[in-house]
Amino acid sequence: MNKDTLLIAGKSYNSRLLIGTGKYKDFTETQAAVEASGAEIITIAIRRSNIGQNPNEPNLLDILPPSKYTLLPNTAGCYSADDAVRTLRLARELLDGHSLVKLEVLGDPQSLYPNVVETLAAARTLVADGFQVMVYTSDDPIIAKQLEDIGCVAIMPLASLIGSGMGILNPWNLQLIMDRVQVPVIVDAGVGTASDAAIAMELGCHGVLMNTAIAAAQQPVLMASAMKLAVEAGRMAFLAGRMPKKLYSATPSSPTSGLIS
Amino acid sequence: MISVSINGKVRQFDNSITIATLLEQMQLTGKRIALELNGEILPRGQFNQQLLADGDQLEIVVAVGGG
Repeated sequence: MNKDTLLIAGKSYNSRLLIGTGKYKDFTETQAAVEASGAEIITIAIRRSNIGQNPNEPNLLDILPPSKYTLLPNTAGCYSADDAVRTLRLARELLDGHSLVKLEVLGDPQSLYPNVVETLAAARTLVADGFQVMVYTSDDPIIAKQLEDIGCVAIMPLASLIGSGMGILNPWNLQLIMDRVQVPVIVDAGVGTASDAAIAMELGCHGVLMNTAIAAAQQPVLMASAMKLAVEAGRMAFLAGRMPKKLYSATPSSPTSGLIS
Repeated sequence: MISVSINGKVRQFDNSITIATLLEQMQLTGKRIALELNGEILPRGQFNQQLLADGDQLEIVVAVGGG
């Protein structure tokens, strides 16, 4: 059997767990969690620099060197296509021409639900500008297909709201998306604990992206290890093919003959 | 005297200075940053030549933790 890898925009990854770097106590914890997770694709955000008021501020890129990880700059906090495009052009300059990005255009600050109209517009601009776009979106299969048609290299639907930890609330919608698109489908947002990640993978999702589920755990580094195993276990279970569900089991696991009398 | 907006803060300078000099004053020389001048990316290679002009809007960004 060929090695089971995640293929995104022509590049293979061994890990199907993608993690964010927000909300950690400090960079030491961020680094330890990233290591424990085994993730190869790591999301980062782009924000205004200090302008002299804090010259010795540590830099995230020093602990997560682009030579070691595939850094995935995001557009978190952007509410319009224009802001998202500007942010990713800055990210590309910051990362020396790196073109793989995570697009997310939010709809409102209460739900952080995606604004799919702005997302579609931004995706069109970015793809035309040479970006390889992994896109956070709703679990709408029609929008997912449109994003693929535009040229996005991965479709990343939410499983529940960002940071909610509510788990996989939409398995049937995820299935509808997977039935329609050819590019990898990666659950982005909603995972709360290891079993959620396993469920996403058992459904056949190609990967899981998470941040808060690890960063907000009581012991983030331990949770990062748990997520690594859960994603691997879920993937293996998907490949193995689960037994059919039956309300009654009329086939005992043990022999029905040779019983003592 | 020229006024320039840097990350939303207005700063005044006596003479027009280059971006490279500005970054030096802010102790950002050699740091991993990207810069947008009036809505357009300014490539690093142009920091030494590009002069600030009155009314310029600069955005200087870095990578931070995010999901």
